[in-house]
Amino acid sequence: MAQIIVAHHEEFFLKNANPLWKFFCSVTLTIVLLLSLATTSIIGTVIPQNESPDAYLHAYGAFRYQLLSTLGIFDMYHSWWFQGLLLLLTINIVVCSIDRLSGSWKLIFTRSPKVRPERFTNRSDARTLTDKRNTEELVSVYEPIVARRYAFCKVTRSNNGAVIYGEKGRLSRLGVYIVHLSVILLLLGGLAGSFFGFEGYVNIAEGEATDTIRLRNTGQIHRLDFQIRCDDFSLTLYETGAPKEYRSALTILEGGQAVKQKDIIVNDPLRYRGINIFQSSYGKLQPEKMPRPETPVAGPAEAYTLNFTSRASGMSYTVSAKVGVPVDIPEGLGKFVVMAYEAETAFRGMDVGAALKGILTPKAGEPVEVLLPLKFANFDKMRGGDVMIAVANQPQEKFTPQQSAEERYYTGLQVTNDPGVWLVYTGFILMIAGCFATFYLSHQQVCIVIEQLRKNSRVTFAGTTNRNKLAMKNTTEKIFNAMTNS
Amino acid sequence: MSSSHVLSISTFIFALAAFFYMAALIFKKPRLTLPARWTVVAAVVATTAGLLLRWVESYQMGIGHAPLSNLYESLVFFSWTAGVIYLFVEFKYKNALIGAFVTPIAFLAMAYASMSPNISDRIQPLVPALKSNWLIAHVATCFFGYAAFAIAFGMSIMYLIKARNPEKIEGIIGHLPKLDVLDELTHRMVLFGFLFLTGGIITGAVWANSAWGSYWSWDPKETWSLITWFVYATLLHARLMRGWEGKQIAYLSILGFAAVLFTYFGVNLLPGLHSYGKV
Repeated sequence: MAQIIVAHHEEFFLKNANPLWKFFCSVTLTIVLLLSLATTSIIGTVIPQNESPDAYLHAYGAFRYQLLSTLGIFDMYHSWWFQGLLLLLTINIVVCSIDRLSGSWKLIFTRSPKVRPERFTNRSDARTLTDKRNTEELVSVYEPIVARRYAFCKVTRSNNGAVIYGEKGRLSRLGVYIVHLSVILLLLGGLAGSFFGFEGYVNIAEGEATDTIRLRNTGQIHRLDFQIRCDDFSLTLYETGAPKEYRSALTILEGGQAVKQKDIIVNDPLRYRGINIFQSSYGKLQPEKMPRPETPVAGPAEAYTLNFTSRASGMSYTVSAKVGVPVDIPEGLGKFVVMAYEAETAFRGMDVGAALKGILTPKAGEPVEVLLPLKFANFDKMRGGDVMIAVANQPQEKFTPQQSAEERYYTGLQVTNDPGVWLVYTGFILMIAGCFATFYLSHQQVCIVIEQLRKNSRVTFAGTTNRNKLAMKNTTEKIFNAMTNS
Repeated sequence: MSSSHVLSISTFIFALAAFFYMAALIFKKPRLTLPARWTVVAAVVATTAGLLLRWVESYQMGIGHAPLSNLYESLVFFSWTAGVIYLFVEFKYKNALIGAFVTPIAFLAMAYASMSPNISDRIQPLVPALKSNWLIAHVATCFFGYAAFAIAFGMSIMYLIKARNPEKIEGIIGHLPKLDVLDELTHRMVLFGFLFLTGGIITGAVWANSAWGSYWSWDPKETWSLITWFVYATLLHARLMRGWEGKQIAYLSILGFAAVLFTYFGVNLLPGLHSYGKV
């Protein structure tokens, strides 16, 4: 009967439907769209997405870059054609679901289903038996058998017999529409997120606070209603050297007042007023960023005045040295040659400014390379050699090695706000529930028709299901056995 | 005995099971499927023991975590799920020869895990991104899905072999289950796999949202799992709404499993967030 209704309905609909409706009503379209989405999605996994134009130009050359860029390949999941495919699929799902649901709506939501016994008795797998008992006696025996298995059980009596009808799982027919609804919710949630939410990142140095983040897609600056302060960042390693934990101690500030404090680690973000703050990366501060008063330094020269201080005697000697020409160190401590002047040098990650590089060849032992920052006369003391070398007559700064040994970190935070998440999560729950209902529940109907003959009764029994026919065959077998044994 | 030893032994038990099933099929000795079934049971028990032992060992090392954190562990877990689902199918549908196409897959995964020089079987500490309760839920659902698709793939191969000469009753082909049975079982396995793949993608998305602040970022692994999902969604719609069956479904099921394999292995060749699956 259901099939007849659907067929009739489709005929009715197709005659009156406009061609556009017919086009979107087709499952062939669904298959084409699903396979197109599957195939085109591959592109974005092979060609890295959202890289800088320079990288693409370098990799593909000007012509292919122009072509791929026009097609939106470099951000293909947000390109007009990919979003267009998703839109077509959405319309396809909506139209198909409306079309089919309007056909089976009455069947699913009826309070008392109409029973047409011939729908069961005409089935090829219908079974018959004859019994000496009369209709009433048989009804009293059969009704419990059906009622035990089927939540809905109805007995209709007529002049020459009775019909016992049972069914269950009618609502499971809704499963597929729930799955389709869930897909729509996911797409709506994604849309809501991209229109009303944002996804950005910010690097905050330990001890500093900020309220501005950079948006990931556009690179624009976005200002938050509050400030995030990074009180501390710590990185712990396993013995193997692999990272164990990235932890940032964060404080949320509103109008300068601390309103929330939390240590975040990967997998445990801070949430504040709908905005989520995630541990995403970290780094060491660039030496340039170290706040430090600038000291004017001299540029390169042809010759330098060097101070040699002997550790053994404590005596200091002043020697003039031309770049590239070795000089003897007093007390027979070896030779030293200035190799080059460098304007920017770093020592263990710390900016030490302009420096001379030279090679010291001691009396005994291997030559060593020596770094002589112009503004730190005491720098070479740290080397702990037999002779300390310094560049004389240079403006000085105080060098404190303890400070340089302690590294400063910044924490990299991902800051997001997605008002569409609840739609997406609702979609997730509905999708799992809908898939389960569609795959593992079925709408089962059974019918026993009793005809009162002159001396005995003829009983016809059949069952039908919309899904999992194999299991239904077993069930009807069991019911029929119960009927014959009763 | 360490967990690695136990798992090496279970690799050999899987090999033995595969051997029994193949022998039963090739030498037309259906009696051999009985020892074969008990060998699979033994292999599953040994793998369970190995995984549990590995779990305990990781706690003894002070880096306790579920044994689902790298390629080696995931391959072992894949074989375990394939074995469990297969036993259920054999129990429910009483068709033992399907094992000839499933146990070799489980054995190959175990052997690849144990013997490939590129795969380390050392217990490694978890990187910060994997330290989450979602790890077990995500990996377990994904791998139940993958294993079901692997079994569907095995049945589709059987279907295509059988379909070349469905009437033949002697030889290997004659011993294969009937075409309609294979078709129905493939469909059932795809349904099961699809439900779990959906669950795997969803748990992954929820996890990503709690770890990185974004439930979907088109990272290659995510995208490939979605491609796989599209392929199997196509299969289900083609079958239920357009009445496709038999060879067409078998081809789609093979295509789907190719997508599964790429999601699992191929993605490691591409850049992205899921790098812990790498060797």
